[in-house]
Amino acid sequence: MPAEQIIIRDVEKTFQTRGGPVQALAKVNLTIEPLSFVSVVGPSGCGKSTLMNLLAGLDVQTGGTILIGDKPMKGPQEGNAVVFQKDLLLEWRTVLANVLLPFELQNVTWLDRKDRTTNKQMAEDMLKMVGLEGFGDKYPFELSGGMRQRVSICRALIQQPSLLLMDEPFGALDALTREQMMYDLLKIYKRYNCTVIFITHSIEEAVFLSDRVLVMSPRPGSVVEDIAIDLDRPRGMNTRMDARFLGYVRQIRGVFQSQGVLAEV
Amino acid sequence: MKASFNLRQALSVSATFVGFLLLWQLVCVIFSIPSYLLPTPTDIIGRMIQDSDVLLRHSGVTLFEILAGFALSVLFGIPAAVIIVYSKYFSQSVFPLLIGLQCVPMISIAPLLITWLGFGIVTKVMIAFLISFFPIIVSSVVGLKSMEKEMLMLATSLRANRMQVFLYFRLPKALPSIFGGFKVGITLAVVGAVVAEFVSSDRGLGYLQLVANSRLDITMQFCVIVMLGIIGLTLYNIVGLIEKIALPWYRAARGGE
Repeated sequence: MPAEQIIIRDVEKTFQTRGGPVQALAKVNLTIEPLSFVSVVGPSGCGKSTLMNLLAGLDVQTGGTILIGDKPMKGPQEGNAVVFQKDLLLEWRTVLANVLLPFELQNVTWLDRKDRTTNKQMAEDMLKMVGLEGFGDKYPFELSGGMRQRVSICRALIQQPSLLLMDEPFGALDALTREQMMYDLLKIYKRYNCTVIFITHSIEEAVFLSDRVLVMSPRPGSVVEDIAIDLDRPRGMNTRMDARFLGYVRQIRGVFQSQGVLAEV
Repeated sequence: MKASFNLRQALSVSATFVGFLLLWQLVCVIFSIPSYLLPTPTDIIGRMIQDSDVLLRHSGVTLFEILAGFALSVLFGIPAAVIIVYSKYFSQSVFPLLIGLQCVPMISIAPLLITWLGFGIVTKVMIAFLISFFPIIVSSVVGLKSMEKEMLMLATSLRANRMQVFLYFRLPKALPSIFGGFKVGITLAVVGAVVAEFVSSDRGLGYLQLVANSRLDITMQFCVIVMLGIIGLTLYNIVGLIEKIALPWYRAARGGE
């Protein structure tokens, strides 16, 4: 399934809580080009996850429309895969069985593929790509946090998504693992042709990975700045020293300062 | 490493048990306690061998009551738990009542059951069932409700249908808790069967104990207690073994025992 343009028009989301209605998203307007890597940064509670849930079809907006291609969004659909902040591996399944879960739920078999590779072969290739060759028979509890999140990324990729949604996927990892995961993610992005929407609260992470960074305001969230990141790919450790990289980071930090999200004492 | 630790622990437990029996024997001999007050371990073992046919026959009856009662609890407890978890009415109105009912000692309804069901084996099975039913249903409900919201979001994003959410996510997640209920349930089923036999019966270990008691046959009473201990311990360990085989990820995740 080829990646399609995503159009978000006047999207609003208000939650009904006991303390009255809470507006999480206020009139978001966006067009996301196919195959682009777009990050959304913003402070906690700004509605980034709400936006992602809407794009994943896990929630329904209270106003506006979301179009994928030219069809309105209706629930979780084929071609979309989600990676959550928690790895959400099923503890009772081996690593391989966890990666194969989407196939099992949708009854996908090797007969559904032109090249006739088996499900197992696909899963093993995927694990190999993220450096987990030979870990297929292990249970999740035997893996470190970074390894577990890699497995959950494999579980998303095996669906061969045209849109990969990632909700702070590295948020629970230590700084070094996090950095390594970024390099790995770029490798994956290069190999799999898909649109990536990446939610994070790390400015550096957003700039490093993306073609475009959307900066969100505190609640009710809206996009206050839309920054195209003009850095060469492939990106690597040197990119982080690039003056342009630092410039983008400074620019976004400035936006947060003007929003009152960041302040020097 | 772990195996050798388990072996060492097993040795230590056995040695302690044997030491306890030796001490018991010694106390009886040194203070020359008459066997109609406290028989020595050797008295008990001798008697168990001598009367093994009687003991085994009555054990068989009690074992059947325990297993039948427990099986009924599992058979009804788990579907009932599923209904409670999926139905708002049952979870909000029936489940609290069930929990409240748990505070009523099930044994107290034994005389009623005899009135209704007679003196036969059915009454005993029913009591074993009623007493082991509650821990199984309660822990199954707790287990089935333990699925996190995020997990449900994952299932939804993978386009799992309701049945798949249950079979792939909710049920496996509940299994450790369900097995916890089984372990409590099987122990209580033993209690239920024996107490039911105390109330009225013409066979079974509870009956044997009452007869021995009325004859002031202390040794026989100890034999019955030993048999009950063996039955209880064996059944508990069988459930534990099944759990270990069925949930390799669970035991191991918690570092063995």
